[in-house]
Amino acid sequence: MEDIQKIELKNIALKIRRDIIEQVYNAKSGHPGGSLSIADIITYLYFKEMNINPSNPKDPDRDRLVLSKGHSCPALYAALAEKGYFSTDILKTFRKLDSFLQGHPDMKNTPGVDMSSGSLGQGISAACGIALAGKLDKKNYRVYAILGDGEIEEGQVWEAFMFAAHYCLSNLCVIIDRNGLQIDGKCKDVMSSEPLEDKMQAFGFNVRVINAHDFDDIESAFDFAEKTTDKPTAIIANSIKGKGVSFMENVVSWHGTAPNDQQYEQAMSELKEVR
Amino acid sequence: MLKEATRESYGKALAEFAEKYDLYVLDADLSEATKTKIFAQKYPERFIDCGIAESNMVSVAAGLAASGKTVFASSFAMFLAGRAFEQVRNSIGYPHLNVKLGATHAGLSVGEDGATHQCNEDIALMRTIPGMVVLNPADPVEARLAVKAAIEHDGPVYLRFGRMPVEQILPDDYDFEIGKGVVLEDGTDVAIIATGLMVGEALKAAQALKQKSVNAAVINISSIKPLDKKLVLEYSIKCGALVTSEEHSVIGGLGSAVCEAVSEAAPCPVIRHGVEDMFGKSAAALKVLDYYKLNAEGIVQKALEAVSLKK
Repeated sequence: MEDIQKIELKNIALKIRRDIIEQVYNAKSGHPGGSLSIADIITYLYFKEMNINPSNPKDPDRDRLVLSKGHSCPALYAALAEKGYFSTDILKTFRKLDSFLQGHPDMKNTPGVDMSSGSLGQGISAACGIALAGKLDKKNYRVYAILGDGEIEEGQVWEAFMFAAHYCLSNLCVIIDRNGLQIDGKCKDVMSSEPLEDKMQAFGFNVRVINAHDFDDIESAFDFAEKTTDKPTAIIANSIKGKGVSFMENVVSWHGTAPNDQQYEQAMSELKEVR
Repeated sequence: MLKEATRESYGKALAEFAEKYDLYVLDADLSEATKTKIFAQKYPERFIDCGIAESNMVSVAAGLAASGKTVFASSFAMFLAGRAFEQVRNSIGYPHLNVKLGATHAGLSVGEDGATHQCNEDIALMRTIPGMVVLNPADPVEARLAVKAAIEHDGPVYLRFGRMPVEQILPDDYDFEIGKGVVLEDGTDVAIIATGLMVGEALKAAQALKQKSVNAAVINISSIKPLDKKLVLEYSIKCGALVTSEEHSVIGGLGSAVCEAVSEAAPCPVIRHGVEDMFGKSAAALKVLDYYKLNAEGIVQKALEAVSLKK
């Protein structure tokens, strides 16, 4: 990727990270850790990869994104706002009464949200249904599903993986945000899903392991996914939970905690320049 | 008159209406039993077997509906309403997607498979989901019409079908409408409000009550949600005593729905006839139903009880 484009994407990702902190700080609740870990991938998807048109959010030919780890919606909302689906001012209403920016994504009322999600394990199945519809209708759209590495402990996820491979959903690209942490601690201590590459391969996926914070890596993985015509692709994205805010990085407790005034100031000062 | 299980009518109706409507049907390795196979044989390209994975099937159905399709997802009531309850609520109910849940093998009349497969809780579960329509047809004629109504309704619908063959009790030109109850027999002493398999038994019970000089009305409520409150209240006032009858737990089903309606507007004694707070048992369907008194005799007893409570 050319440097100029990389800088552009990095600056959008920075805005998205700032928006994430703003939303969670204003709401005094929400999930900053897992939102920050997917900020770069969300940025790449919405600003480089996906074929979408914010002025026609229901376009039947558009690419779709299902945020199966729905609690990370501050990242999604920020991307949608920055992309122009709605005003960035609305981000201030996150998790507040009468806002369409619900605590977890609501497709009925939020422009640009392709599927309601939040109850872990269900989004990936819905993404399979959307991908299957694309195949049945002979449409060329692609479907992206972002899952957490804690989320994949849900049995339904593996039912969905079986389904995706069985029906050769090559238009489906699964991204597993492997930040290694979940609410009760490290995934490896709570419930290990490793060796994940082997499992995904055994379930019939094309697998790529990438650095979730490296745009060259992200680009090559999505290019690889797009070239695959016989099976679904799984991108295992090694990420840092809380990425970009030093005191949140790799700290379990920042899964679902809002920063106080002082922490907010510090986070925003750290997110002032491209790191 | 036709005699067939409502699951059979369901499978046939899917195949019939697929000619006019662009339906997609999902099943979880039970198409032989749920009778979606009848559809699958005619329209293989619109049938998707999801394997023994009901949770995934329900959310896949949501994804298809989110892409503009009218989708039926089928399995036994136990696994659709029971196992996949939370998927139904969050993947389908919350976004109000156009998915129809075709649940067969509901209630005790599953028979020999026993308690693990006899779902007496599905109406209670489904009725609590905002925006969910709950239909429990009484016979083959109504089952067919319920499928059509579900297709034409924009939003989630739960359809409850049985395994056991049942006699046709409704006329061929029967009018079915979501949210409407139908008075099959008029009466003034007590109204028997029945659903599904119990409607036929309620008609027999009304005949038996005549011998005892009790003039009973029989109302078919196949649309449990939305409930025809107007009709229920009318008969609460007119008869002053109600009996509800269902092949379902007395907790949370039609009986509860009727109690909720009358207690708020026109209270009268309501006796709930159904499966008491207990699990089922293995035996031939009719034997199990008799054991639990889910028959005309059971309804007669409850009706006399209801009449005795009148002031």
